Amino acid sequence: MSTATTAVPPRAVAPPGRLRTALRRPAARKLLLLGIVTAVLAPLAAARWGSGAWPDALTVDLAGPLGRANDWIIDNRDGHWLFLYFFGHISNAIITSVRGVYLVLLALGWAGVTAGASLLAWRLAGVRAAVTALASFAVCGLLGMWVPTMRTLALMIVAVAASVAVGALLGLAGGLSDRMFRAMRPVLDTMQALPAFAYLLPVVLVFGIGVAPAVLATVVYAAPPMARLTAMGLRGTDQGVLEAVDSLGATGRQRLLTARLPLARRELLLGVNQSIMMALSMAVIASVIGADGLGDRVYQALSTVDVGSALAAGIPIVLLAIVLDRTTAGHRSVGSRSAGLGAPPAVAGGGWAPRRTRTLTTWAVAIAAVVALGRAAGAKSWPDHWTVAIATPVNTAKDWMVDHLYSGIPGIGGTADWAAHYTGWVLDPLRDGLQGLPWWGALALVAALAWMIGTWRTALTATLSLAAIGVLGRWNVAMDTLSQVLAAVAVTLVAGFAIAVVAARSPRVDRLLRPVLDVFQTMPQFVYLIPVVALFGIGRAPAAAAAIVYALPAVVRIVSQGLRQADPAALESARSLGATGGQQLRQVQFPLARAELLLAVNQAVVLVLSVVIIGGLVGGGALGYEVVFGLAQGDLATGLMAGTAIACLGLMLDRVTQPTKPKEG
Amino acid sequence: MRKALITAAAIGLTTVTAVTATGCGAADMTKQSSPYANAAGTKTVTLSVQSWVGARANAAVATYLLEHELGYRVDTVQVDEVPAWDALSQGRVDAIMEDWGHPDQEKRYVTQKKTVTDGGELGVTGHIGWWVPKYFADAHPDVLDWKNLNKYAAQMRGPESGGKGQLLDGSPSYVTNDKALVKNLKLDYQVVFAGSEAAQITQIQQYAKDKKPFLTYWYEPQWLFNEVPMVEVKLPAYTDACAEKGTADPATIDCAYPTTPLKKFLNTEFTKKGGKAARFLKNFTWTKADQNEVAQMIAEDKLPADKAAERWVHKHPEVWKKWLK
Repeated sequence: MSTATTAVPPRAVAPPGRLRTALRRPAARKLLLLGIVTAVLAPLAAARWGSGAWPDALTVDLAGPLGRANDWIIDNRDGHWLFLYFFGHISNAIITSVRGVYLVLLALGWAGVTAGASLLAWRLAGVRAAVTALASFAVCGLLGMWVPTMRTLALMIVAVAASVAVGALLGLAGGLSDRMFRAMRPVLDTMQALPAFAYLLPVVLVFGIGVAPAVLATVVYAAPPMARLTAMGLRGTDQGVLEAVDSLGATGRQRLLTARLPLARRELLLGVNQSIMMALSMAVIASVIGADGLGDRVYQALSTVDVGSALAAGIPIVLLAIVLDRTTAGHRSVGSRSAGLGAPPAVAGGGWAPRRTRTLTTWAVAIAAVVALGRAAGAKSWPDHWTVAIATPVNTAKDWMVDHLYSGIPGIGGTADWAAHYTGWVLDPLRDGLQGLPWWGALALVAALAWMIGTWRTALTATLSLAAIGVLGRWNVAMDTLSQVLAAVAVTLVAGFAIAVVAARSPRVDRLLRPVLDVFQTMPQFVYLIPVVALFGIGRAPAAAAAIVYALPAVVRIVSQGLRQADPAALESARSLGATGGQQLRQVQFPLARAELLLAVNQAVVLVLSVVIIGGLVGGGALGYEVVFGLAQGDLATGLMAGTAIACLGLMLDRVTQPTKPKEG
Repeated sequence: MRKALITAAAIGLTTVTAVTATGCGAADMTKQSSPYANAAGTKTVTLSVQSWVGARANAAVATYLLEHELGYRVDTVQVDEVPAWDALSQGRVDAIMEDWGHPDQEKRYVTQKKTVTDGGELGVTGHIGWWVPKYFADAHPDVLDWKNLNKYAAQMRGPESGGKGQLLDGSPSYVTNDKALVKNLKLDYQVVFAGSEAAQITQIQQYAKDKKPFLTYWYEPQWLFNEVPMVEVKLPAYTDACAEKGTADPATIDCAYPTTPLKKFLNTEFTKKGGKAARFLKNFTWTKADQNEVAQMIAEDKLPADKAAERWVHKHPEVWKKWLK
């Protein structure tokens, strides 16, 4: 008994008097078992390999083989059949398609594209979306970003089409075959937990820098949500309906086309929407591997800390995100990022029906008119003299801010001081603590946490992932990243819970907050790096700030939803017993919303990690930096190992925080 | 919904057509240029632009002249130094305007694969080294010899240098032997990468504002010298023997960086088919003073790159007229 209490993490130690009662709970039994295992294995492992950071004896050096593989690929890219007859065609098809779409967009001209997009938005989502589209494209032109916007759009269109096609096919397979579904599900779950950055390196290894690898990385990133939602939609078909269709003597194909697919329409649409949003997010990040377009402009500006130019390219990205989301989401009000996880949003089923009555001819005429308009307007690209240069004024404003907010505000210090304090007082001790943790202790801790919250399967995956990081020799670096993630998650949760509690109690705050959350949830991660560099300079603190802002909306949304769902009767009875507001919250609402709270933690961890990693671009260091370094030096061995470690870290964090019940309930 | 499906189907069809169009012969991905190049009847040139301001100055002036004098459309793509070679060999960019010496890549792409062609010298000579601020060197003149650096390690500590002195490095993409140098010269320093040159400059400016001592990897020509005067620390002299040793195993380098004449490199295909633009880029050569003039306008006067190039072009027709021949 005593071995258990000494070897398990301190938070699990129960006072002796309560031990017996505590043991009746499953969590305590798990901990006891784990404690015994640790107590037996840890001294052995420590005696054999030492007890500090991950022992060298247990690492495998992959740098050599990976480096040789990289050299081989570069040397054989123009000669080996694998490249000439397989990868070459993939690359060629992508480039040809992107070029085709880009040429069409150019041929339509700015007037044609703007009018066409508005028309499409109007048809799909109504007048408001059309106005949004019109204004957004005009702003992109005004900012002098027309050509980059068209490039990003061309890349996006191809990537989204491919993602939706691939995702729908996989989803169809998963929806129709149980075995396929079981095989796919853990893979899709894992892919959703991985940061975008981890996807970049493998494709660069094969395809080099350019548009083709960028599109491929985007497809790999954006197809899973489509596959998952398609499969779920198909599996969710009402059995009664299916029986009815069967009894009418429908063939398998008829059953699929007339009953299952139409009934899964909501999920299919949501899948398309999610794929589009993920694709945009990735298409922008892929500028690091030569995707060109808007992301490249942001990347160029960030590398010279030119906040003004970064903003000029960042605004079109945000606008594009909003237009795409509003257009494809129709009248769906729940934001995209968490929507697939919470309750399915209500789509007004009949909303499409009346519009369908419009005939094809209207469409043909409209399209012809748009093209004619584009032609008549003459200019293919946005006219140069219709642009507003915002870079210089923004930079002036930023300099003013740096001069006045950066340091020395009496009383509260400046943003630079906060950044320094956050780094010095929070990040550094945490990092040193994690790096000082004996490796077997870290493994035991992760196993304990994951098992308490989830099942032995999740615990095993989490522990193995962590061990894999050690085996790759990235232990210390990963602990650095982990410290950044944990600190940022803590801040996110505190802030998120506080906001959510307020929002759950006051409908007015909730109404005010909703549109803000909507907008924030649609923005690609990359965009958040711009303002934080202006405010906090360079280093780990700005990366953390970006991560917190990025993850906050999802946390607020999930938690406030959970709190609001608390049974009113339970609340009423608590109130009648004279519970104060705080007591109600602690003893009724929080316990009742346990599942949502855990989900919020899980989402916070996954989202924060993804941004902390791209923080490597603004001096965040650690694993993200190694990926950037690998890409920058063409040293793909370093980059790939860091990328794998990132994937393992993501998997570990996801599994540790994954509640027992599957997310979709 | 149906419309969306039709749209998706149409795009899918285009993709399928594109796939069939590529046929079943060999498709050499090293000969596939950017999908955005030469679109809609324009002639385009794609330049690789690096993050440092000198490189931006080259690209800005070349872009301005190509667009206004020769009627091209110029795309610039930010690619880091080493991947830029790969992109150049694949024709995804047409030219690198300023290369600081990558013997490995030169051997692979210029000598062996012949996909990249030497574009001649830029006319500017580059020098990499270690530098300390002038205010610190004036107070402690002996810091300028590397043998005395350990004496000052304690004063050079930084938050990320783990108790040792901090040797500030910038972008991960730059040519650097600093880790090997620190080890081989037995210095009590830790190389700290700021992550980007911009980050490094911000850091240097902050140190200079507070008159704090620092040791940094830096290079010449660079406009920052005008704002923060710095003095170079003498490292063991660069010799051919040391260079040979370094080529064999980069981890054994124990001498200073060489002085490098900066070079241009062009895609081989582009030199053949690039016409006037290729000839122009080959002829492009200017001096350190010219480059600094443009760099300064961009970095310090905060002029947009095209405006800076325009000013320089109007002032120095005698320099660039020769490039158009």
